[in-house]
Amino acid sequence: MSISYLTFAAIEGYFSTKDIDLGLMSHYRKFITNIFATLLFIALISFSNSSLAADGEALFKANCANCHKPLEDYIGPAMKGARKRAPNPEWSVKWVNNVNTLLETDPYAKSLLAKYGSKMTQFNLPEADIKAILDYADAYTPPVAPVAVGGGAVKEDNSLLFGILTLVLAVIAFILLQVNSSLRKLADEKDGILRADPVPVYRNKTYLMLGIICLFFFGGYKTINAAMGLGRMKNYQPEQPIYYSHKVHAGTNQINCLYCHSGAQDSKYSNVPSVNVCMNCHKAIKEYKGEDIIKEDGSLVNGTAEIQKLYQYAGWNASKKTYDQPGQPIQWVRIHNLPDHVYFNHSQHVKVGKQNCQTCHGPIQEMPEVYQFSDLSMGWCINCHRESKVNFYNKETGEGNKFYSIYEKFHNDIQNGKLDSITVEKIGGTECQKCHY
Amino acid sequence: MSKKYWQNFGELNQTDVYLDKANNEFQEELLPLEDLNDKGLGDAKTPRRDFLKYLGFSTAAATLAASCDLPVRKVVPYLNKPDNLIAGVSNYYASTYVNEGDVISVIVKQRDGRPIKLEGNENSSITKGGTSAQSQASVLDLYDTTRLRYPQQNDGKEFKEVTSFEAFDKMIAEKMSSVAGKPVVILSSTITSPSSLQVITEFLAKQPAGSRLVQYDAVSYSGMLLANEACYGKKALPSYHLDNAKVIVSLSADFLGTWLSPVEFTKQYTKNRKISGVTPEMNHHIQFESTLSLTGSNADDRYMHKPSEKAAVALALLAKVGGAVTAPAIKDAELAKNIESTATLLNANKGAAVVLCGSNDVNLQIIVNAINEAIGANGKTINWAVTSNYRQGVDADMVKLVEEMNSGAIGALLVHATNPAYTYYDSKKFTDGLKKVPVTISFNATLNETTELCKYSIPAPHWLESWGDAEPKSGYISFIQPTINPLFKTRYFQTSLLKWSGSTIADYETFFKTYWSAKFNNDVDAYNSALQSGLNKEPELALAAATFSNTALAEAISKVGAVKGGEYEIAIYQKVSIGTGNQSNNPWLQEVPDPISKVTWDNYAMVSPAFAKAVLGLDVLGNQRQGDRYEVTPEKPTIKIKANNKEIELPVLIIPGIHPNVVAIAVGYGRQSADKAKTAEYIGRSANEAGVNVYPLVGFDGTGFRYSAAATVTKTENVYALGQTQVHGSSESRPIVFETSLKSFIANPKAVLREPREERELLLPYGGKDYVKDATIYPHYDKPGIKWGMSIDLNTCTGCSACVVACTAENNVAVVGKIQVVRAHEMHWMRIDRYFTGDMNNPDVVFQPMMCQHCDNAPCENVCPVAATNHSSEGLNQMTYNRCIGTRYCANNCPFKVRRFNWLDYNGADSFKDNQLPLIGVDMNESVMQMNDDLTRMVLNPDVTVRSRGVIEKCSFCVQRLQESKLIAKKAEDPTLVRNVKVACAQACPGGSITFGNVNDPESEVSKARLDDNRNFYVLEQLHVLPNVSYLAKIKNSDRHVTNEKEEEGGEHKEEVKKEEKAHA
Repeated sequence: MSISYLTFAAIEGYFSTKDIDLGLMSHYRKFITNIFATLLFIALISFSNSSLAADGEALFKANCANCHKPLEDYIGPAMKGARKRAPNPEWSVKWVNNVNTLLETDPYAKSLLAKYGSKMTQFNLPEADIKAILDYADAYTPPVAPVAVGGGAVKEDNSLLFGILTLVLAVIAFILLQVNSSLRKLADEKDGILRADPVPVYRNKTYLMLGIICLFFFGGYKTINAAMGLGRMKNYQPEQPIYYSHKVHAGTNQINCLYCHSGAQDSKYSNVPSVNVCMNCHKAIKEYKGEDIIKEDGSLVNGTAEIQKLYQYAGWNASKKTYDQPGQPIQWVRIHNLPDHVYFNHSQHVKVGKQNCQTCHGPIQEMPEVYQFSDLSMGWCINCHRESKVNFYNKETGEGNKFYSIYEKFHNDIQNGKLDSITVEKIGGTECQKCHY
Repeated sequence: MSKKYWQNFGELNQTDVYLDKANNEFQEELLPLEDLNDKGLGDAKTPRRDFLKYLGFSTAAATLAASCDLPVRKVVPYLNKPDNLIAGVSNYYASTYVNEGDVISVIVKQRDGRPIKLEGNENSSITKGGTSAQSQASVLDLYDTTRLRYPQQNDGKEFKEVTSFEAFDKMIAEKMSSVAGKPVVILSSTITSPSSLQVITEFLAKQPAGSRLVQYDAVSYSGMLLANEACYGKKALPSYHLDNAKVIVSLSADFLGTWLSPVEFTKQYTKNRKISGVTPEMNHHIQFESTLSLTGSNADDRYMHKPSEKAAVALALLAKVGGAVTAPAIKDAELAKNIESTATLLNANKGAAVVLCGSNDVNLQIIVNAINEAIGANGKTINWAVTSNYRQGVDADMVKLVEEMNSGAIGALLVHATNPAYTYYDSKKFTDGLKKVPVTISFNATLNETTELCKYSIPAPHWLESWGDAEPKSGYISFIQPTINPLFKTRYFQTSLLKWSGSTIADYETFFKTYWSAKFNNDVDAYNSALQSGLNKEPELALAAATFSNTALAEAISKVGAVKGGEYEIAIYQKVSIGTGNQSNNPWLQEVPDPISKVTWDNYAMVSPAFAKAVLGLDVLGNQRQGDRYEVTPEKPTIKIKANNKEIELPVLIIPGIHPNVVAIAVGYGRQSADKAKTAEYIGRSANEAGVNVYPLVGFDGTGFRYSAAATVTKTENVYALGQTQVHGSSESRPIVFETSLKSFIANPKAVLREPREERELLLPYGGKDYVKDATIYPHYDKPGIKWGMSIDLNTCTGCSACVVACTAENNVAVVGKIQVVRAHEMHWMRIDRYFTGDMNNPDVVFQPMMCQHCDNAPCENVCPVAATNHSSEGLNQMTYNRCIGTRYCANNCPFKVRRFNWLDYNGADSFKDNQLPLIGVDMNESVMQMNDDLTRMVLNPDVTVRSRGVIEKCSFCVQRLQESKLIAKKAEDPTLVRNVKVACAQACPGGSITFGNVNDPESEVSKARLDDNRNFYVLEQLHVLPNVSYLAKIKNSDRHVTNEKEEEGGEHKEEVKKEEKAHA
């Protein structure tokens, strides 16, 4: 009872004093400003990151990232400012496709070889591509970490706000009802009408019923959600036999996902690379010298020791540089599990749909140890199929995937302006037997 | 409809019991709580307590299942990934199916290192991409749990493992030296491999005098081989060119089902039966036979005789086509007339006719050779330039060997890919002889009847694990490539021979490579490309005759007359699924319903209704009550059959179209170990207790085995249950199939489909024009991109059932076992309906492959309460297992009866482990568990969900293949790649009857097939279900009245039908 009187008092104050009113209002305004600022921040960052060098980034990752980094020297020199350092800006473009000839004649090329010790692979890339790569490297700025945190914060703030508001309104309603009944009682007493003593709140059938209904809906909602979540393993992050950091490989060292997970472009499975693929690089890379890898529990990971574990599996003797032990395959813990009745094909999404790995797997390049980013629920799949657009064939320009030329009707609809684009759903992407058979 | 199509006698007579049964479609036992209608809960069979028990258990089980921790799953990549392997992508390798002389070039689909499906190799000029039921099922044999896993030695009591091949070789060398001087005999089924024959020749050259290779065929063609030697001087079989024949006369040769090379013959046969245009031409096929064979059921005209009259028929034919012989008198006037008309046809088509004969009687084959000579077949339809190697066994050689074995003359017997202890007519004599041979070594893959009696066993790898070659016809080589590492410690029999003969070549792989490299003049590219395509560069097809000599004819005629018949005779035949019985532990083959009898898992005595009336007193045609008593229960009366002094007891199956005095029995069943209790373990759970062994009834006449004999039959009081599928899921006499004769088709092409066309017109509302859109109140949905469709040509479907097995393999269709088939719970997504029509005693047969019709206005879709079955924008009727709650409303509402319900957990797919075990023997056969072994499960197609108990399933149009083809087309940005897609049944079909593809594309094969407007129909079109499977009406090239078109118009006709029905009632 005492608590309810206290709240009553506080609310009484809220109605009477303007100070508190102002305080609440200003608090509210702060929230809005916060949200606005964060949204603006995200927009700015994504804008500055994206459009300029979208192609260059892909090309860089596919062709150069194994040996070059944008900002620092690696196996080869840092890519940023390569043109400035070269004798003339055109030299860099020429170099990429003529490594072998230039190494024999050009003094600057010779000096590079002397400095870095290994010869660069000769490419055969269109000039525009090389320029795009160099443009990308020159415009490169290190990614800003707090973006994700900011996004999360906005969401939290919102729910907190609504929660508080609901609670406040509920308390107000309750108090008003109490006030109403007290006033009526007073009025009745005044008029001399006799009434029974008011039933206390905890025995009031209306309140009890309301409470039960609320509990029922709340409980039902929670139960159904929990039941649907059974078997879903979002954020599943098991401990792996080797502490393999995607952040180090895909993030810092910019290794293309498809270099290791090559199956993703050909097969329904995106394969976990076999040990011989790891050894392609790790024959040379014997120790970890990068920035500290911090485990989820805060402890420090000894990268070099983890590489030694790989050597154990591979049967590699690093000092003799031979495989002198029988190797054994690594038993990784599988993170992404789909039920048996779901057919999912990686190559459909990677090769045909041209989706980034991150769309489903999240910011892999920032994960020290991988966790399941999406809940892999059917609703989540369907949602994307509803929104994603297919690379529809345009008969006039010849752009797009020619396979879709069989959809005569949609083609006409686009021409007549009835449709502006074709989503995956339109071509049957949400039908049962696209994934269940 | 003026003509009746019927599947069983009840349907023919419209008996009460049949009608009752047709109404009660799901024939299941009473389920718990189902008898509660008007009784109180306490009085019911399953009272309240049971209800509470079930409720409590299911709640507890659900809670338990839901609260279990999710298992930690591992993903284990390769240590060193093979270069050509991408997990999840299938590789295809050309290879060759070889089994007892059968050779079919195939492409093996290999997924993640294991073969999971066989497809026909379209490069082969012999089989041209066709396959058979047996070859389709062969991939399952690779994962047979009874396969021997290491070399063994029998120490007198039991088999003990021999730890290494070296130890084994040493032991054999010692034993062989102890019997030095006595001949070593290799006993094998027909070997078509030239390199193996070379190994054998080299091996035998180093053995004592008298050492030899004896080839023994379980079902023999020795008579033909010897007849050809007598007539043409070649102990060989010619090549047949049925595609050059306008008239094909077969004397009991089941050339579309089991005779010699059925896939090849089906290709040739159907070539001239694919018809188009308004004046089509077709070959004319006449079958003389005693039983109703698959080939006979496809014949345009079919005549019956007793097996002992075969010679008389052949002689009469010979006399009529100009042979200088006096025709014997034929008692049956009808038969004599038919021989006359057949001879007229043959005479009119000299040079474009052929006579095939399925007899193993050398004298009869000499007469047939003379007929073929007279009608000019030699060099035209029978080619002696290229001989066939499918069967090479000479019976007398085998009999002589068995004699020698018994006399102790044989030093060592090496048994390869053959099982005489089971298939030999006098099996006791063979096994006795086997015990007298000092060294007996078996190369067989399983511990079958012969292997278990041998002293040593060194199993050879399965052909899918082997290198090898096969020469089905002289000059035509088909290569075998391994598609999986040997699963067990097996060794090629050729390698053993090389080792034991002290060859310098270490193993058969090396020998094979050296042998073929030399043949290709060490041209590595040519060698590799031959392996890749599976075939060597095939020689130009040459047609040539061989010189015919009729010196043996006179003697043959005199001897052939001496064959005595009896009142009743047996005719021993092979089933298209089980064949000689060496694949009888293959549950897929056991569960395929025989095309004619529709029985699974058993053999039986197949007799005519007249026989049943005479012997059993069962009048199924005339007496309703008796017909029903026989038909509605799976329990059939049994009879004892005595022939060649052996007696067996078999259930009786009454099938019209069999000669009234003939009992037809199939070989290949009744496998049994010496110790009966060991059969399931040694030979296999599927082979165990399936049918009765009929080989003992085979006779030997001094030159060859005889597959028919006079017999006495006696009625018994016993009954035996048969799992027959045809009576399940009746279409209740609705018009389903349409056929006509070639003559009436040419005269009036529109007539055959007049009835359904008229009914369609009636359905259109006033003013409506478009049947598809206007004759329904449901909205019409577009199929904007692809619309999948299938067309099936009933004219070329022979009913061979290769498609059924292919479908089973492709779609992980469960094996349910005999107990469940008897309860009408079979799971096949595809069945071949067999309809009888016309003359009750010699009916016409129509086969109709039936699977989900993928109706655009599907009756199943709108009754599903949970939308688990619905329609896709590509015209597929989608079945979503994970949504299905098992109400079976859809199956009930399906007019085609193609939906299948998982009554039990056949696949072990439920969460509860070993939940089937308590059912074994009661509700489930052990053979079902055979499919659940970890080894057997390797055959499962990883792209198709394994269904669990309680859900409906059905044909998906091989949606996994459609999705794959679309993905390939999208990657290649080429829409023509989805024009024609080979679904599993279409791929397997040796007759090319099934075409599949995108109907929206006018260039697709299926669109073109549907252009034949006079023959193209949809089943039950008048229901407006709009199926996506179309059929082409059957045309019979016969003068008989075979049409089902309306003879009279309008009301009169309908009344007549009603009268007819009343008369039957």
